[in-house]
Amino acid sequence: MELNIIVLVKQVPDTRNVGGQAMNADGTINRAALPAVFNPEDLNALEQALLLKDKNPGSRVVVLTMGPGRAADILREALYRGADEAILLTDRAFAGADTLATSYALSMAVRRIGCFDIVLCGRQAIDGDTAQVGPQVAQMLGVPQVTCVRNIVSLDNSFAVAERSIENGVEVVKAPLPLLVTVEGTAASCRPRNAYRMLRFHRAATPTELSADGFRYTEQLQADEALCIKEWNLQDIAGDASRCGLSGSPTKVRNVENIVFKVKESKRYTAADGDLKALVAELLDNHTIG
Amino acid sequence: MDGTRVATVSLELLSEGRRLADRLGVELEAVAAGHELSSVPGQVFRYGVDKLHLFDDVRLARYTTLPQTSLLCKLVKDNAYQIFLLGATVTGRDLAPRITAELHCGLTADCTSLEIGSYEDKRSGAIIDNLLYQVRPAFGGNIVATIVNPYNRPQMATVREGVMPLRVVKDDDYVGIVIAHSVADYVSDADFVVEVLERHVKPAANNLRNAPLVVAGGYGMGSKENFDMLFELARLLHGEVGATRAAIDAGFTTHDRQIGSTGLTVRPKVYFACGISGQVQHVSGMQESGIIISINSDPDAPINAIADYVVTGKAEEIIPKLITFYQQKQ
Repeated sequence: MELNIIVLVKQVPDTRNVGGQAMNADGTINRAALPAVFNPEDLNALEQALLLKDKNPGSRVVVLTMGPGRAADILREALYRGADEAILLTDRAFAGADTLATSYALSMAVRRIGCFDIVLCGRQAIDGDTAQVGPQVAQMLGVPQVTCVRNIVSLDNSFAVAERSIENGVEVVKAPLPLLVTVEGTAASCRPRNAYRMLRFHRAATPTELSADGFRYTEQLQADEALCIKEWNLQDIAGDASRCGLSGSPTKVRNVENIVFKVKESKRYTAADGDLKALVAELLDNHTIG
Repeated sequence: MDGTRVATVSLELLSEGRRLADRLGVELEAVAAGHELSSVPGQVFRYGVDKLHLFDDVRLARYTTLPQTSLLCKLVKDNAYQIFLLGATVTGRDLAPRITAELHCGLTADCTSLEIGSYEDKRSGAIIDNLLYQVRPAFGGNIVATIVNPYNRPQMATVREGVMPLRVVKDDDYVGIVIAHSVADYVSDADFVVEVLERHVKPAANNLRNAPLVVAGGYGMGSKENFDMLFELARLLHGEVGATRAAIDAGFTTHDRQIGSTGLTVRPKVYFACGISGQVQHVSGMQESGIIISINSDPDAPINAIADYVVTGKAEEIIPKLITFYQQKQ
């Protein structure tokens, strides 16, 4: 059976290695000051999509992201690994969105893509760790969801069966299509880039990139529709501006603080045997250890 | 709910909810959905609940997203709550965002503290009082942000287990109002399209959350072999082994041992930090520990600032010696 699969992906600042002042005065993130990466769990989601495509030849994997122009980098990354089509949702009107406003824009873009059997996305993004966008998009699309999925066991005409992580265990869930699934990091890692696809798709570009690029690849692009990364704005998804970006976000950042911990007076020891014996003796004496 | 038992995080939220309700001069209500809930009143009223809503139906025995979304959305709409708190469990994180998408309200995940305060809207200049300040680590735990929902109701937040203290405020003979709702009034048959085929839960492999002594290792342990020495030390001292996210990402141990803003929050009497530099994400999950002993090759490691004892040297050389000297002394 030929499936229509949509994968929601996000380019995130690499919060695993944060340095310097990466916050703006208004409490939003200065993304330009940080290395931008493919959100790790979105790669797990992409792999699940590609596995479904492997099992169901003729299926189509569309990757969708919302972000600034440079987010096209992760769309190319997805094309290298096997995605068929890429869409960048970008507009000043989307800036400053919280999860609800983000989910609204993404759900409208999914509607514009049209019919789908399954929407996949990472469980959460490493810049916010909220895990909210998947369930919010599912509710806005009016489809069921299965979150924290490690493996899609099977998928037929009308149902998917998936294993999901729960506290201290695993649950096997059967849910009808169309469906939204969020995939967690313990799921299969994403396959590497395919060399042939890299040769072909490194020229893939958005219309904006193309015009900035002096039209270097215009002819190839016109000859090969797959190299065109679509670029959609608020109008293209028939979005309501009042539900997008900062103005469509019910949550506001009141303030942001650096974390300050209370400093203690500490006793210092070296690694010499005498010091370590003294430490053990003291800890035993004052009943810190028994 | 955890079967017929109210999850610990929910009791912690009732304690916090009671405090916030007193601050605002409003009532605290609790809601439980599941099957065979007759013991729930006895479990929750001690924490100061004024009114308890019960949704008891055999079809709710195992959590699925859609029926719980429907009944909570209707309950919230009917009662126009100001604040709605959920545990940041797998279930809470599955359910809460779904509700916000239906009710168009704001949600802050994994709050570490909740307070009441005012907010000035910089656009309109209006000052809004009695808002819920939702404090959470942001940006991978490198900063803390205070989030408010000035205009949309309810103000929703999730909190992880172990973050808020439990406070029993009522005698055992106190009973609040119990309302048993008819589930059919809230949920349609179409909500039961998702089916749980199997569920395998094994008891937690460790007791890290409640351990009085924790031996935690970081990326600075260098290898899995070195990290495994911590289990020996923990066994001798009757403690549990914890780890930083970096140590887990490096494959030194399993995810269920992660301490920090995206893992467990612990407050043991004694905390050994071995090869842990002390990134904010980790420290925010263990800073309330009683005695902190840091073993680190860097004398200026940030964790040393909050440690009672600092041993400077290679953890993989110091740990075996501590084990030996401890055995000798005993």
